[in-house]
This record gives sequence, structure tokens and C-alpha cells, in this order.
Amino acid sequence: MSTATYAIRLGDDCLILGQRLCEWAARAPELEEDVALLNIALDQLGAARTLLTYGGSFDGRDEDTLAFLRDEREFTNALLMELDNGDFGRTMARQLLVAAYQLPLWEALSSSADETLAGIAGKAVKEVAYHLDHASSWVIRLGDGTHESHTRMQVGLDEVWPYAFELFEVDAVLEDLVRAGVAADPSVLEQAWLATVSGVVKEATLELPSSDWRPTGGRAGRHTETFGYLLAELQHVHRSHPGASW
Amino acid sequence: MTVADVRAALAEVCDPEIPVLTIEDLGILRDVSVAGGQVVVTITPTYSGCPAMEEIRSDITAVLHRHGWQDVSVAMVLSPAWTTDWMTAEGRSKLEAYGIAPPRRTGPVDVVLGGLACPQCRSRDTEQLSRFSSTSCKSMWRCRSCREPFDHFKDH
Repeated sequence: MSTATYAIRLGDDCLILGQRLCEWAARAPELEEDVALLNIALDQLGAARTLLTYGGSFDGRDEDTLAFLRDEREFTNALLMELDNGDFGRTMARQLLVAAYQLPLWEALSSSADETLAGIAGKAVKEVAYHLDHASSWVIRLGDGTHESHTRMQVGLDEVWPYAFELFEVDAVLEDLVRAGVAADPSVLEQAWLATVSGVVKEATLELPSSDWRPTGGRAGRHTETFGYLLAELQHVHRSHPGASW
Repeated sequence: MTVADVRAALAEVCDPEIPVLTIEDLGILRDVSVAGGQVVVTITPTYSGCPAMEEIRSDITAVLHRHGWQDVSVAMVLSPAWTTDWMTAEGRSKLEAYGIAPPRRTGPVDVVLGGLACPQCRSRDTEQLSRFSSTSCKSMWRCRSCREPFDHFKDH
């Protein structure tokens, strides 16, 4: 796997999560949450733009070509990013799992041997610290809340949990990039991730899910049923009005 | 035509979201070079997704064209990552006068939350309502003394 593929994978993760989070616009439980979720979505979109611009630069595709003109099977985001939002608890569970992964990811990539990836990560790491703080405080508040909020927080966590492990998958070529000091080592990320998530889950009086089901396929372009609908919304204006500007 | 002339002209380029701040106040103007009639202005983004960057880029070109420099390019660098420590003292005063609590110095120790001075009444009896606000760079606060809500330019 080349650096380009790696950058596009990371960029797809950010793009698709950002798009999914936008569905909370005008639907969050309170106005401050609308603002918070869309700010997080904007940070993800910002990271996506630089990552896709960089990943596409190797073969001359720009960020718009990658975001708007690829089909479902060409997207390499992890399945976790595309899952339906579900209720607010489930969205917060996913935010916790993602932020607890992206924080050590961007930290590690800040000193990547690839200077562009290091620059992108150096900016993103400051932003994801806010995302982790936001998700953690909600998971704790809902988990350690009423019977209803506790139950729904646990259900949300149980539902998204199995999808997190795709983030730590290794293949031979990723190993090469890790050895070259370009990519972050997934096994190191997983340890840091689990330590963060376990701490929050415990404080929230929740249980770490015990399921050993490990759905996968996103990196190879095999996506869940709802992904096509997300892409349709993301891409239809660009495809309906090619080259439009204003 | 010197670098100083270009910098003086760039004092007209403000953040479209916070129009009291110039790009120099904000600390995003990283470099200006002039060589053989060609001007290169280097800026760095605040937050990765900040939509104001596109506006700022085109405003720089427009202002320099107006001042008679035709050959202008704007370069974007990501590294080193922007920090609010680069905001000028003048920028901080302007922000506060505008009603936005300026960023505190970041550093090796974590910034302690609470105790931020209200830009309206100066009371330190304030609390954070949300770490996110109307733009990426701000958080939402309220003052318990004068009861006014206010924005804080996040320490970043």
C-alpha cells in the first residue's frame, strides 16, 4: 500500500464521518449540541480535504474528484464512520470510539517521516482533543444518568463497538509503511484507544461490550447498506451540475 | 516596492468572521516575499476546516491587486501548526474591545478552565457553556455577574 492509499483511507474516514454528523443539523437535543456536532463535522471535513488533496496528488486527482466522483466500492473508509447515527447515545458512543482512536493516530503521525502527513496531523491533533472531551463528557453524563439514559447509552455502545476493530487491522503493506515511519502502528493505537475508552466506560458506569463479532470490509470498498444513501446526498449536486460554480 | 509596502497593504485584510482582526493580528500571516515584481504571501490555516481561509486567500489577492501588484500568489503552509500564541498583543486588545474574550497563553501546562474575565463587566465569575460556538475558533461562555453570554477565542 502506498502513502497515497493510506492518506485516502484516512481522508475517507474523516469525510464520511463528517457527512454523517451533518445529519444532526437542527435535530440535536439542544442548540449547543447542534453547534458542537457541526463544529466537529467541520474539523473532520477540514482534515478530509487536506488528506484527500494529498492522497490524490500522487495520480493527479483533486479533492473534488475523490469526494464527488468515486462510487461506493471505491471508498475506503472504515464501516464505523458510515453507520447510521441512531439516537444521540449511539452517536456519542461512536464519537468516543473515533476520538479515542484519532487522538493517538494524529499524535503519532505528527512525527511521521512523511512531512505532509505530519503537518496535517499536527493540526488535527489539537482539534480532536476537543472531540474526545466532548464525547467523553456525554457518555459519562448519559451512562451515569437515569435508568433510561444508562440503558440507551449501553445499547448504543454495544451496537457500534464491533465496528471499531477495523480501525486496527494490519496488512503486509501497512506494516511496510509503519516500518518506514510513515504510518502509525495500529497495535500501538489499539492499546492507547482501549485504555482511553475503558476509563470513560468505567466512569460512565457502563460495561465494555463482550461481543467478538468483527465486521469488516470498508477498506476494500465493501460497505453497509446505508452507505449508498449517504453518498447520494453527498454527491448529487456535484454530479447533477458538473462544473457548476458561483 | 518592498516587503514593508506589501505588509502595510495587507493590514487591510481582515478575518471575515471577526472583522476587527487583521490576518497579522491573527498570526496566520507567515511570510511575505517580493522578487522581481512577484509577490508571494504565505499564510497558515487556523482550524483545518475553517471556511474563512478561502475568503482570506481571495481578499489578499484583491487587496494587493488594488494596490497595483498584479503578480500575486498566496501559498498555504500547514506546519508548524498555527497557535493562538501567535496572536499579537494588539489583536488580543481588539478582540476584547469587540466583546470576545481573547485566548490565554497556551504552554506546557494545561489551561485551567474557569476564571476567564467577562469582556463586558470584567468579572471572573464566568462559566463555559460549550467548548464549541459560532465558529471553529471560539467557545461559548456566560458571566454569572452581568448575566451576559459571550464568546471566548479558544486557547489553541
